[in-house]
Amino acid sequence: MSYEPVIGLEVHAQLQTRSKMFCRCSTQYAGAEPNTHICPICAGFPGVLPVVNRRAVELATRVGLALNCEISPSSRFDRKHYPYPDLPKGYQTSQYDLPLALRGHVTLGDNGQQRRIGIVRVHMEEDTGRLLHRSSPSGEVYSLVDLNRSGVPLLEIVSEPDIRSAVEAREYVTKLRQVLRYIEASTGNMEEGALRCDANVSVRPVGQAEYGAKVEIKNLNSTRAIERAIEYEIRRQIEALESGDGVRQETRGWDDAAGVTLGQRGKEYASDYRYFPEPDLPPLTMSESRRGEIHRGLAELPDARRERFVALYGLTPQDAADLTLTRETADYYEAVVAELREAAPARLAANWVRGPLFGLVNRDNLAITDARVSPKLLAELLRMLHDGEVNATAAREMLEETYRTGRSPREVAVERGLMQVSDASALGPVVRAVLERNPKAVADFRKGKQQVVGFLIGQVMRETKGTASQDTARTLLLEELSGSQAGAP
Amino acid sequence: MELTSEEVRHIASLARLGLTDEEVETLQAQLGDILGHVNQLNELDTGNIPPTAMVIAVQDVVAEDEPRPSFPVDVMLANAPERKGNYFRTKAVLGYET
Ligand SMILES: [Zn+2]
Repeated sequence: MSYEPVIGLEVHAQLQTRSKMFCRCSTQYAGAEPNTHICPICAGFPGVLPVVNRRAVELATRVGLALNCEISPSSRFDRKHYPYPDLPKGYQTSQYDLPLALRGHVTLGDNGQQRRIGIVRVHMEEDTGRLLHRSSPSGEVYSLVDLNRSGVPLLEIVSEPDIRSAVEAREYVTKLRQVLRYIEASTGNMEEGALRCDANVSVRPVGQAEYGAKVEIKNLNSTRAIERAIEYEIRRQIEALESGDGVRQETRGWDDAAGVTLGQRGKEYASDYRYFPEPDLPPLTMSESRRGEIHRGLAELPDARRERFVALYGLTPQDAADLTLTRETADYYEAVVAELREAAPARLAANWVRGPLFGLVNRDNLAITDARVSPKLLAELLRMLHDGEVNATAAREMLEETYRTGRSPREVAVERGLMQVSDASALGPVVRAVLERNPKAVADFRKGKQQVVGFLIGQVMRETKGTASQDTARTLLLEELSGSQAGAP
Repeated sequence: MELTSEEVRHIASLARLGLTDEEVETLQAQLGDILGHVNQLNELDTGNIPPTAMVIAVQDVVAEDEPRPSFPVDVMLANAPERKGNYFRTKAVLGYET
């Protein structure tokens, strides 16, 4: 029998605010001593008054709009109860039945083959603290609690069970992260825990309408882990069905080192969250005008930008996709095009940015914004190349030097003698010297072997270390050859 | 309003409370009374009243995203039953990872 996986993802993303969700403690706690970025509110002391971070609501709304969601005119916070020491209040302030945004979608793939993944909801909540599990010499197991992360604004983005493979799950998260970064809502950095993912996975026989028993996989901390864990879980479930054991609805954790998912104990009451409306936080409303304002402030999204690059600059879909992978790269490319002022084709710029320049920054693991080749310098180089002042080999050498030092490409070309020589008076002597040294080729030409011209041009290029203009070299060679022929007895 | 003893034990386990059989019996009666009292309110006809989560008419109370100094760590840890360095120290709760 063949089976079909059904996958839905819950993605948590920290919002890029300066202060926390309900208090004004700083979110810049990376590398800080434990519990130095906390106050009675984010430490869950009784009797405090939390106040919603306005910026967090704005960023969450941006995300909702970017994911094509309906923004709720009125939303509310609720208390989600579960007892665990990373949650100092005994509940997490979250949104339950009135979330900020509902019913959106993300489109995967490009024009060739598109897949639409539905978004159920986007809601705001707060991050938890962090626990370190320890054991004392006497064997007592205890936990150390650091609440610096407690109360950081968190977004939960829940997809429909529309995902059909592990690869598609990875693509979905990659796309989501790209959008979050474009609109500056989250760093999306999975290594730092700013983006985290849980996956709901089930399998069913192809053609069956009902879903199979659903397994939730926790602890997916990289796009690779997402793909591997889901791949593993699909295989495990199919084997369990075929062996007749069946699949049990449960929560499993991904063990990255071992490459397996493992059942977690004690989860039987996990859904018993006893939600109720948060009495300390009044509802939030979103007017049409405020929503419109946030919409207008939204950066151009990656899909739209990719399509614009194809239409406006005549790029191939692949080039456009590569150049719009991050907003920084797309901005860089468009700055180069602007600097060129149509003195060289935008496609030439695309080739050089995604080819040689990407090659250099990727080799050094640099962000393009940190490269010493500014858009202005790259435009200078491309203009010289396009105008025939330098050839492609020389341009590459100039790029590497400019990348290393930030010096002007023209300066580098002049200093290293890379400028093309198309001046007849400068090339004439070289051409005559080449002819003198190659009497056999000259004789062959006179016998009608036109091909030797190519060989002779090659000799001129060698003599000039590649800087001679091929056109000028050809013209001069033909002049000399026909001249000496006419003069022959 | 009747609660079963299983329901009382379940609620207690959610709050991580261990109850004796006598306590289950006592709480079964007390929680039942509370539920019964709340259920009386359900007898009111609220068909014409929009649902509300807030009894006072405020909305959209927000603060600007301007960080302010946090509390000194010693103040925050002053009432902690146990501390280790700058950490709160607590019994390990395993099997409930989020
Ligand atoms: Zn705080």
